[in-house]
Amino acid sequence: MTEKIICIMCPLGCTVKAEVEDGEIVSIEGYGCEDGKEYAEQEITSPKRTVMSVVECKDGDFPTVSVKTSEPVEKEEIDDVMRALSEIEIQAPVKTGEVILKNVCNSGIDVVATRSVEKVQD
Amino acid sequence: MKDEYECVVIGAGPAGLAAALRCEELGLDVLMIESKERLGGIPLQCTHPGFGNFYYDENLTGTEFAERLLEKDEIEYVTEAHVSSIEYVSDLKKKVKVITPDGLFSLDTKTIIYSTGARERHRFETRIQGDRLSGVYTAGEAQTLMDVYGVMPGKRVVVVGSGDIGLIMARRFALENAEVVGVIEMQPFPGGLTRNVVQCLHDFDIPLYTQKIVKEIRGQKRVEEIVTADVDEELEVIPGSEEIIECDTVALATGLIPYTKILDEMEAEVIMDPVTRGPRVDENLETNLPGIFAAGNVLTINDYVDFAAYQGEKAAESARKFVEYDGMPSKDWIEVKRGKNVRSVVPQYISGDCEVTLNVRVKKPEPEVDVIIRETDERIKTTSVNPGEMLRLDISEEKLEDLENKITLEVRR
Repeated sequence: MTEKIICIMCPLGCTVKAEVEDGEIVSIEGYGCEDGKEYAEQEITSPKRTVMSVVECKDGDFPTVSVKTSEPVEKEEIDDVMRALSEIEIQAPVKTGEVILKNVCNSGIDVVATRSVEKVQD
Repeated sequence: MKDEYECVVIGAGPAGLAAALRCEELGLDVLMIESKERLGGIPLQCTHPGFGNFYYDENLTGTEFAERLLEKDEIEYVTEAHVSSIEYVSDLKKKVKVITPDGLFSLDTKTIIYSTGARERHRFETRIQGDRLSGVYTAGEAQTLMDVYGVMPGKRVVVVGSGDIGLIMARRFALENAEVVGVIEMQPFPGGLTRNVVQCLHDFDIPLYTQKIVKEIRGQKRVEEIVTADVDEELEVIPGSEEIIECDTVALATGLIPYTKILDEMEAEVIMDPVTRGPRVDENLETNLPGIFAAGNVLTINDYVDFAAYQGEKAAESARKFVEYDGMPSKDWIEVKRGKNVRSVVPQYISGDCEVTLNVRVKKPEPEVDVIIRETDERIKTTSVNPGEMLRLDISEEKLEDLENKITLEVRR
């Protein structure tokens, strides 16, 4: 099977073509540099993305706290991560970098806050 | 608040914050004025990464970037404060009127760093017809609803415009389980970075329709459908190409326009660049009015927040010089002319006697080209160019020798 990847390492946007058999790359061509080759290989064998969203936050000076996965997760796990995040609600105060959800979907990766939310006194 | 400062920074987004912090470091007596409740500007509502790659050498989200800039917050500032007017009294005195929750204040300052950012092009500045239905948002409004208030604007979304903002919002909707019917772009190519085309559209199987416009938005109270049409190279509608797409939400990411309102209303004229729509500046980022500097998206729309922050720092360094010498050292300015495939250049004037950073935007994508100074044949290496990616060119003093008061930039092989 031939896989086509548009390289995103620089504005050139090379189209890298690879022959893939049983998930293994047999041959690869069209890359403009070593970084591009590495990127294409990663994209074909196990593409990863950082996931970001917001989570409801109670009693805060912001109604939500923004979050992201501390490391990129497997692309096919994105939906599960988003679902897990939609089910939680947290309590202010929150500090940037604080772990919001540990080991999300058993990925071994945590979801962390990317915004600090102060607790509002009433 | 005092009634006199050496520098007043208007707008506390990335450019303004970086400017005020640098002013403080350089020992200027500085006040920062912000209209929102918080300092930080647009990044406060940006949950996606792509911020700080240059400025902090780290890939941060917008929210993290804003917080990082605010870590050192010894700057004097006022929030929920609107500048109502700037009066150019003399080279060394500008009067700034500010409306705050505590009342109306009038301040005198030697210098102003104008860093008010940009506003979004709104629906009535596009060619879209139809009624004022609910469900029509600018990308920024939709982002604020989702990422500050946690409210979904709709379920079946059409995004208009494929610049980075449109692409990122398409992904944002898709991540939150909205159906993104498509991104509509009138140019023959996407406006944003390839990275965003791949990670925002391809990842979520969102179709991109190029050379298409939204002609009309229809519905009873809420958006129910849109009418699209194909356009030719001159962006003229091809008759009979109309199609209907059902949707309940339209997110407009049709461009940013420098927010120059207060400058426009001044009695003393600040000269604007018709292409960037921001003020024309020299290499010190000084406008035609001595002591008034511009930085960030009000100067030119930046692709990276980092560049806005660098412009803020540059403006602060210039303000420091202005305060020290009671004005900038006078120079013979050379206007940078735009040659082949150059759409805009900022700063518009250089001296040629020192290193300068030029922000250049091209008209159309071209592979394997360089930026060339026509007069001297000096070549500034680039790989390929794309209107969606501003070129930030550091040009050394040696490359500017022998200019003889003329400089034209060209993009060619």
